[in-house]
Amino acid sequence: MIHISAFYFGSIALVLIGLYAVLVKKNILKMLIGLSIMETGVNLLLVSIGYISGRSAPILSEGITPDKAVDPIPQALVLTAIVIGVATTAMALSAVIVLYRRYGTLNVEEIRRLRG
Amino acid sequence: MVSVLKRGLAIITLLIIGYWLAQGLAGVPFGQDKMLVGRYYLEHVIEQTGSINAVTAVVVNYRGFDTLGEVTVLFIASTGVGALLWERKKRRTAKTEGSIVLTTGTRLLVPFVMLFGAYIFIHGHLTPGGGFPGGATIATAFLLLYMAFTMYEIPHKAFEKTEGIVGMAYVIVGLIGLAIGGYFLYDWIWQTWGLGRDNVGRLFSGGFIPIIYTIIGLKVGTELSGIIDNMLKEGVKE
Repeated sequence: MIHISAFYFGSIALVLIGLYAVLVKKNILKMLIGLSIMETGVNLLLVSIGYISGRSAPILSEGITPDKAVDPIPQALVLTAIVIGVATTAMALSAVIVLYRRYGTLNVEEIRRLRG
Repeated sequence: MVSVLKRGLAIITLLIIGYWLAQGLAGVPFGQDKMLVGRYYLEHVIEQTGSINAVTAVVVNYRGFDTLGEVTVLFIASTGVGALLWERKKRRTAKTEGSIVLTTGTRLLVPFVMLFGAYIFIHGHLTPGGGFPGGATIATAFLLLYMAFTMYEIPHKAFEKTEGIVGMAYVIVGLIGLAIGGYFLYDWIWQTWGLGRDNVGRLFSGGFIPIIYTIIGLKVGTELSGIIDNMLKEGVKE
């Protein structure tokens, strides 16, 4: 039995690390990496909420009965969240490419100054 | 000085937010049975869908309409990437060929990576995975080709056609369900025809889950390859 909720702390830590990058870093790419790390933290949180101690993955083969499987719904939700995350990351990255072509820099403050 | 101040402020904010999150999560017991709907899915998944993997049964069968929306989001994202990076004439501008390790490794690995991706999406109802990871694996093979060879480009015509056809096929599978069973994305193969009833746990079971996951795998694979293609090419003057 695992009583310490290490996964909760891990996911909170991931969210905070990502938020730190978003708040402090000036390079847009690093801010995007921070956003991705936050997303990972949220996904880990959702999956660990569905976890039940000592049970197996919700694949009902080889002696795994419904009493021995964890909750499948958070996992299905996270599967969706990962795909949407990929889509938004791709969109954001192409916006960054356009920004770099127009301003020649990835520094947020310089881009803001150039716009006036 | 400013940056130290900013950093300190950020850390204080983060500590406050972290404390709030920890407070909120302290009320949620870790590792205990909190299932409500999940229990219903686990108990009825085999008789209702024929799939032994409860997660993919939820994604494709119980919540198939949401997955259609998800595929639409991916499609919109790839269209958006194409629109943002649009140029009248685009060409690959990489000048150096990949190293010998990369090119030889790519030649060896590409067929196996594609085979593995196909395996993942065809066995979605039996093993972890499904159409989305499988499609991403197939797109990885094309990314390898792009990195290794400077002149490589995906076959655009074929990819666009495949993307459109499989996108329509998903809706058509749903519409056949509407015609046979009375609601959109009704699992006619399992519920009406009863194909693979004595085959649960093997490949030929799971109703329309393998079919829809093959569709999703092809769609995700072609779309992500298109995104890679859009990002790697640069506009050139005519």
